[in-house]
Amino acid sequence: MSLLSPVSPDPAADAGPASGAGPDIPLHRHRPFSRANLTQTIAGGYLPLILSTLVVFLPLLWMVLSSFKQPGEIITMDLKILPEGLNLENYNIAMTTVPFAQFFMNSLIVTTVGATIKVLLAILTAYALVFVRFPYKNIIFVLILVALMVPPQVSILPNYILIAGMGGKNTLWGIILPGLGTAFGTFLLRQHFMTLPASILESAEIDGAGHWRRLWQIVAPVSGPSIATVALVVVVSEWNDYIWPLIITDRPETMTLPVGLTLLQNSEGNGSGWGILMAGAVLVIVPILLVFAALQRYIVAGLTQGSVTG
Amino acid sequence: MTRQLTDRPRAVVEAKPAATPRARWSARTRRDFFVFLALALPNLLLIAVFTYLPLFNNIYYSTLDWTLGSASATVVGLDNYVTFFTSSDATKVLGTTAIFTLVTVGGSMVLGLLVALALNSRIRGTTFARSAVFAPYVLSGVGVGLVWLFIFDPGYGVLAWLLRGLGQQSPQWINDPQLSLVMVMIVYVWKNLGYCAVVYLAGLQSLPQDVMEAASLDGANGFKRFVTMSLPLLSPTTFFLLITTMLSSLQAFDLIRIMTPLGNGTSTLIYEAYLQAFGAFNRAGYSAAISVILFAILLIITVLQLRFVERKVHYS
Repeated sequence: MSLLSPVSPDPAADAGPASGAGPDIPLHRHRPFSRANLTQTIAGGYLPLILSTLVVFLPLLWMVLSSFKQPGEIITMDLKILPEGLNLENYNIAMTTVPFAQFFMNSLIVTTVGATIKVLLAILTAYALVFVRFPYKNIIFVLILVALMVPPQVSILPNYILIAGMGGKNTLWGIILPGLGTAFGTFLLRQHFMTLPASILESAEIDGAGHWRRLWQIVAPVSGPSIATVALVVVVSEWNDYIWPLIITDRPETMTLPVGLTLLQNSEGNGSGWGILMAGAVLVIVPILLVFAALQRYIVAGLTQGSVTG
Repeated sequence: MTRQLTDRPRAVVEAKPAATPRARWSARTRRDFFVFLALALPNLLLIAVFTYLPLFNNIYYSTLDWTLGSASATVVGLDNYVTFFTSSDATKVLGTTAIFTLVTVGGSMVLGLLVALALNSRIRGTTFARSAVFAPYVLSGVGVGLVWLFIFDPGYGVLAWLLRGLGQQSPQWINDPQLSLVMVMIVYVWKNLGYCAVVYLAGLQSLPQDVMEAASLDGANGFKRFVTMSLPLLSPTTFFLLITTMLSSLQAFDLIRIMTPLGNGTSTLIYEAYLQAFGAFNRAGYSAAISVILFAILLIITVLQLRFVERKVHYS
């Protein structure tokens, strides 16, 4: 929300009342703009911007508002926009109907452990591909590129059979393990490492620094932003991952948040449960929304870059 | 991409002292060989076991008549494929997949381009708006699906309330198979158009400014400039988006699962494969066959993309 500050106050104030989207609201600008020019700027420039921002934010705002509403405020024929108060009852019910704290913990563990290992593996593999001499590097890189294009969705049945056979059903390691190999992170970091000047590594080599020291004292520190990009994209996708945890867990003790939300949906699927479900959705969506708000530049870059490969 | 692949590593290798005595060189090579394996092998093994192996296993499973969880399976050859293509499933599932893919790809690309055009102006607030429209792309599909399910709720949803205001009855979004597909597609486009917008915006901003200015000096108006200049110049971006959004639409799962758990009218290939194996029937072999069909489609699209990239590199 702090991001709002660079926007001039007029459109921000305009964005407040959603219903009154009158196009010709006179804005109090102190700049000597001609009236025609101003109207054109608003209609051609700001209006589409505000409109597209609203289309994104109103549903999310609705989620947050509804999460504070009592069943009586939701099951009604005339819409109440604002809740009567900041009532946390829905969050309470959501947490007690299903073990939400446990889901949150599981999601946190899966995301932290999974993302840490994935980023480490990506750094190590990318370093090896760029800086260590090896005969079949190009073939390996092509195999990584191809792996990038294999959708995880088509592998769920074989992976389920494999992991279930190893006793990984309803375990956190069973959730984490199949996703650990990272073609995406390796690719992105490799492309970055290629741009590093060879000279900085040569001098380190002459100084007698081995690969391990060169990696952690030179390559990794100067690649901070790229590693952050990979880390954030990995964190977001681990947190949101759904199809695999859904299949490999059927007991609440090991479910992650998205899967737990499905469980909540099954038990609160009637009209009176919407407030509770919105509270659950807030718990899943808001953490990532906050991470995104703080670090969106890296995330947008990472997601749009990574997909350049298909 | 492919160009870098061949150029750069060689440059790095050549930068190392090459004229060292042979014995030392081979010791070094051997050491590097093991260093490489130590660094890269864990990741490569994981990719091999959980990405490559499943592709082959899927093909094998697709030849079996096998109930998931059962100890015995019979080899039936191509029966699963024959069953799929001769049953009414094929037209239904393939049709749903085709509609879902066409509408969501078209919808998010057209709307994404419009949003990108709105973002491509020199007014304040575009940075914020850019992040805002991208945000749904990073949010959990499960959470987003629930939020929209509430909005579409025919009884107490916002949409029903708006329609009541207009004197209309809310359509049965959830129970009517065709409408449930429409509903999921709308939400899918909402979630993904920000991605198209950001990629298109990058494309718009990399258009050659001098050419665009020359056109505007020649008196071409905004719309004419857009159709005759921007759009053709954006065609690589359009093609790229076409491929990537098509690939992700074909893999869409989260929204379908949360909004229409029974796949009533929304059974695309991926969802049908899921339902067959993990729904009521546990038909593992049949599910694997559908996965193989889906993979074949994805493979064709990817190959098309690679051929295009090759051509593009060739021309430039």
